[in-house]
Amino acid sequence: MEKTILLAPLFSALIAGFGWKIIGEKTAQWLTTGILFLICLLSWILFLTHDGEAYTVTIFRWIDSGLLNADWAIRMDRLTAIMLIVVTSVSALVHLYSMGYMAHDENWAEDEAYRARFFAYLSFFTFAMLSLVTADNLVQMFFGWEGVGLASYLLIGFYYKKPSANAAAMKAFLVNRVGDFGFSLAIFGLFFLTESVNFSDIFAAGPQLAETTITFLWTDWNAANLLGFLLFVGAMGKSAQLFLHTWLPDAMEGPTPVSALIHAATMVTAGVFLVCRMSPLYEYAPEAQMIIVYIGAATAFFAATVGLVQNDIKRVIAYSTCSQLGYMFVAAGVGAYSVAMFHLLTHAFFKALLFLGAGSVIHSMHHEQDMRNYGGLRKKIPLTFWGMMMGTLAITGVGIPLTHIGFAGFLSKDAIIESAWAGTAGGFAFWSLVVAALFTSFYSWRLMFMTFWGKPRGDKHAHEHAHESPWTMTVPLGVLSLGAIFSGMLGYNVFFGDHDKMNAFFGMPAHHAEATVDGAGHASEAATHSTEADTGHAAPVADAAGEDMAHAGPIGAIYMGADNTVIDDAHHAPTWVKVSPFFAMLIGLITAMWFYLWQPSLPGKLAEQQRPLYLFLLNKWYFDEIYDAIIVRPLLWIGRIFWKKGDEGTIDRIVDGVATGFVPYLTRLAGKAQSGYIFTYAFSMVLGIVILVTWMVIGGGAH
Amino acid sequence: MTEADLNTILPEIVLSLYAIAALLVAVYSGKDKLAGPLIWITAALMAVLAAWIGFAEPGTHLAFGGMFVDDGFARFAKVVILVSAASVLLMSRDYMMRRGMLKFEYPVLVSLSAVGMMMMVSAGDLMALYMGLELQSLALYVVAAMRRDSLRSTEAGLKYFVLGALSSGLLLYGASLVYGYAGTTLFSGIIDAAGEGQTPIGLLIGLVFVMSGLAFKISAVPFHMWTPDVYEGSPTPVTAFFATAPKMAAMGLFARVLFDAFGGVTQDWSQVLALLSLLSMFLGAIAGVGQTDIKRLMAYSSIAHMGYALMGLAAGTAFGVQAMLVYMAIYVTMSVGTFAFILTMERDGEPVTDMRALNQYAKAEPGRALAMLVLLFSLAGVPPMVGFFGKLYVLRAAYEGGLAWLAIAGVIASVIGAFYYLRIVYYMYFGEEGETLDRGRTSMPWVFLMGSAAVMLLGIFNLFGVEGAAITAAAALVN
Repeated sequence: MEKTILLAPLFSALIAGFGWKIIGEKTAQWLTTGILFLICLLSWILFLTHDGEAYTVTIFRWIDSGLLNADWAIRMDRLTAIMLIVVTSVSALVHLYSMGYMAHDENWAEDEAYRARFFAYLSFFTFAMLSLVTADNLVQMFFGWEGVGLASYLLIGFYYKKPSANAAAMKAFLVNRVGDFGFSLAIFGLFFLTESVNFSDIFAAGPQLAETTITFLWTDWNAANLLGFLLFVGAMGKSAQLFLHTWLPDAMEGPTPVSALIHAATMVTAGVFLVCRMSPLYEYAPEAQMIIVYIGAATAFFAATVGLVQNDIKRVIAYSTCSQLGYMFVAAGVGAYSVAMFHLLTHAFFKALLFLGAGSVIHSMHHEQDMRNYGGLRKKIPLTFWGMMMGTLAITGVGIPLTHIGFAGFLSKDAIIESAWAGTAGGFAFWSLVVAALFTSFYSWRLMFMTFWGKPRGDKHAHEHAHESPWTMTVPLGVLSLGAIFSGMLGYNVFFGDHDKMNAFFGMPAHHAEATVDGAGHASEAATHSTEADTGHAAPVADAAGEDMAHAGPIGAIYMGADNTVIDDAHHAPTWVKVSPFFAMLIGLITAMWFYLWQPSLPGKLAEQQRPLYLFLLNKWYFDEIYDAIIVRPLLWIGRIFWKKGDEGTIDRIVDGVATGFVPYLTRLAGKAQSGYIFTYAFSMVLGIVILVTWMVIGGGAH
Repeated sequence: MTEADLNTILPEIVLSLYAIAALLVAVYSGKDKLAGPLIWITAALMAVLAAWIGFAEPGTHLAFGGMFVDDGFARFAKVVILVSAASVLLMSRDYMMRRGMLKFEYPVLVSLSAVGMMMMVSAGDLMALYMGLELQSLALYVVAAMRRDSLRSTEAGLKYFVLGALSSGLLLYGASLVYGYAGTTLFSGIIDAAGEGQTPIGLLIGLVFVMSGLAFKISAVPFHMWTPDVYEGSPTPVTAFFATAPKMAAMGLFARVLFDAFGGVTQDWSQVLALLSLLSMFLGAIAGVGQTDIKRLMAYSSIAHMGYALMGLAAGTAFGVQAMLVYMAIYVTMSVGTFAFILTMERDGEPVTDMRALNQYAKAEPGRALAMLVLLFSLAGVPPMVGFFGKLYVLRAAYEGGLAWLAIAGVIASVIGAFYYLRIVYYMYFGEEGETLDRGRTSMPWVFLMGSAAVMLLGIFNLFGVEGAAITAAAALVN
């Protein structure tokens, strides 16, 4: 079953990509979509029957060279199982959705075939993503990592006739090079220190790595911290964290289903997955964790501020994705890996929903993406409206405070904010996440109000012809809506709420003494008061258990060190911490209503009044401009020197000179020697023997 | 002369008797009408002998007091010789028949020269060496001039004969010097005389002369001058034969003399070989650039390839010999395929050898053009074709034998040489529109072309086990 899940998309991608001329475009679309739904079903079966026990399915020996041994294998544990359902579900729905979305496309002429190619890319992406998440060693993971990068490149540049799409594709690829360089350095470093690329060996080596120092760039570093940081650099690139985030908004040049699948739900979360997967290393790398927290929090805040003023509907959601990824990293950074995975799961549903909803709006508005030209679409496209509504309720975190009833984002985001409070003692990360939550609520509702409320703006013709999308597009919206509503409530206990269930879910040994306290209750709240007393005597027990584990290598999908009590601390956060995201959401909602429903003239005035700030946000904190000035231009300049002076001026001239001058000259000489006369030939032989004898004598052979 | 001796040389005896019998039968019966069937029978007999030798019991057998050596090395070389000779015979049959060139002497002469070659690689004595060499050469002189009515062909035969006589003279002179200083013609005796330290200089000069004679046979620079003229002038099937089996035989004999008779003075001959190798690689690459005739080009190509094979030998190690054997096996396979292609190049029924005639060939004959492309890439040493691994082998042998400079020179020469192989590809795929060649027929040459190209691609997995056989062969020679 595991092999089928992994290999079937590759199979369908190859058939659709190379064989569509034979089987026809329509069949290619149905084939890829059908296979995706099949493996989605299998993944859910696997997820629901998985008991938390990790096991490996080996497919074949991939690399066997000295110390470097890597299998092509599927590592099945809870992390993999979660990623499997996320990837296959969203991918299957996006495949279905694309059948409607890609049916007509003004970028292509009527007789041009592009659909089969699109579906082949989508399926190939799914294969690469699956091999990333099922990897049991770093090399295989890197294969998947680069595979999704390739698929992303191909799909961002899918409209290859548009220069902007090509530029965006290249940008995504190049920026990811920076991250991948860090990732590959980390792989080399781990192999150097542990002599293995297999996860099981690396995980077991965590404690030793924490005590090793390694010299890198003329400085001594703690190995675990350095490697953790380098891995995170890789994650930053793929997950568009601050400083390496610039490609993600531009990636919206790709078709919208791509944005939903790759640039919202799956590929960009690979970085979070990587950090969670490497939890046995990060548990010994406190400083690397701290960096993750700071970068994640800064990203969440930065992206949310930029999202406030964007007008392109897809860019708003793109920045929102960037911001939500920041949340996940904060959770992973403070050691609440399960919470990060929880948000990853819920986010996949509601963000894919928002993107597909936006795609549906764009589709019905004839590829108009500027929200200033929308308005009043609620009645025209009711299904899309309700879908987007569910997504917005989920992302802004609507729910009943102090209970566990609410939309997906309410549970997962609040869990992150509580963890951030617990993990950083109410510091920078906590506050920036709360403020980001306020902004998130504001820009999400702004998007809703500008699109679906108010009077129609912009092209009259487009508004008159606005129509609901076909069923292939609305059905995925409906399914994802269910996810956006219920995934949070269903997953709360196993990801965050209940310590015992969580340990069982991830296959971790229950070594925390707190578990005994939590065990009785079904919700963490019940335990709030009694646990404080227990923490004291719990610590030694936990320590002992932790040491035991360190020797045998960690068991389970994620590893939490003995002193990692962030989840329990989060459960015991004060009430004001727990309700803060809810109030942030309310403030954001009310401000958005004030700005876009009651006083629509206000935003314009405010932008006039605060022009520098507005421009600063509109231009995304000028990151692109700064990079252009300090990196791109100098590099181009150096490149031009090497190209003109070095390559053309020196190397080419020498090679050309040798190839077109010197060698032909020798050729002519050789041609002349070949006179055709026997006596010349005989003379050459005699001359040859003279040379050889002389050579032998001079060469010291004859004594 | 005991029964054991005769048993050891039984394959040679069988082939000789067959050649004589075939000659007698053909002369007194159908003459040239029998030539067609004779080719089939000869090829079949050679294949049977190759299998017989190939699957013979391992081990070393000496015959006639050590004059004849039957060991793993000899068997490896003999299999290559017989298989390639049989292949060339089969693929030239159609070509010669249609041009009325098919004489019954042709298969007989090829058989006799094959006997000579088998003697060469089994030689354990200077006498046996010379006997084998001359038997082979005399037969080749005749086949080179087989088209008596063609000026080019007779010129080629005559040139080859005169220069061959000169080289034989050099070799004999060297052999007599060696005998004079060593006091014996047996290799096993010479090796005792030519130990490290007290080697008389006369012996070494004798060695250089012997090497010069052998270098002529493998057309190593500066004893190569005959090659382009003879390759161009001889009928194409004969050229194909020249480029394959005799090269393997001479290379085998070279290794045999150097290791069996002069294994104690490796340092001395290694530098001479390195020089020959260097000159051959560069001249083959550089002079080939100026050629427009594909047969002449193949002459320079074979000069360059011999340079690479010599590089393996120059390393002076068992691994070097193994590399040389693998390289030669690959080279012979590539040459058979390439000449199979050249045999099919014709316009209005007349053979064409100007490579510009291949313009736009890929449009007319995509399958053949692709096969030729694979072969040319392999000849040029482009990975992942098998030819690349052959080069890699000898370069590694040279590097491990302390001849890193030679290995680097080999890489540079192969870059220059790549030009002319790729130029043919260029003509086939991107050349100007012009007169095209006749449509090819599915015939014997087609089979060999496709087979050889397939080997170049499929061989990358394990070289069809040639490596293992070459290790055994090299171990038998260098002990």
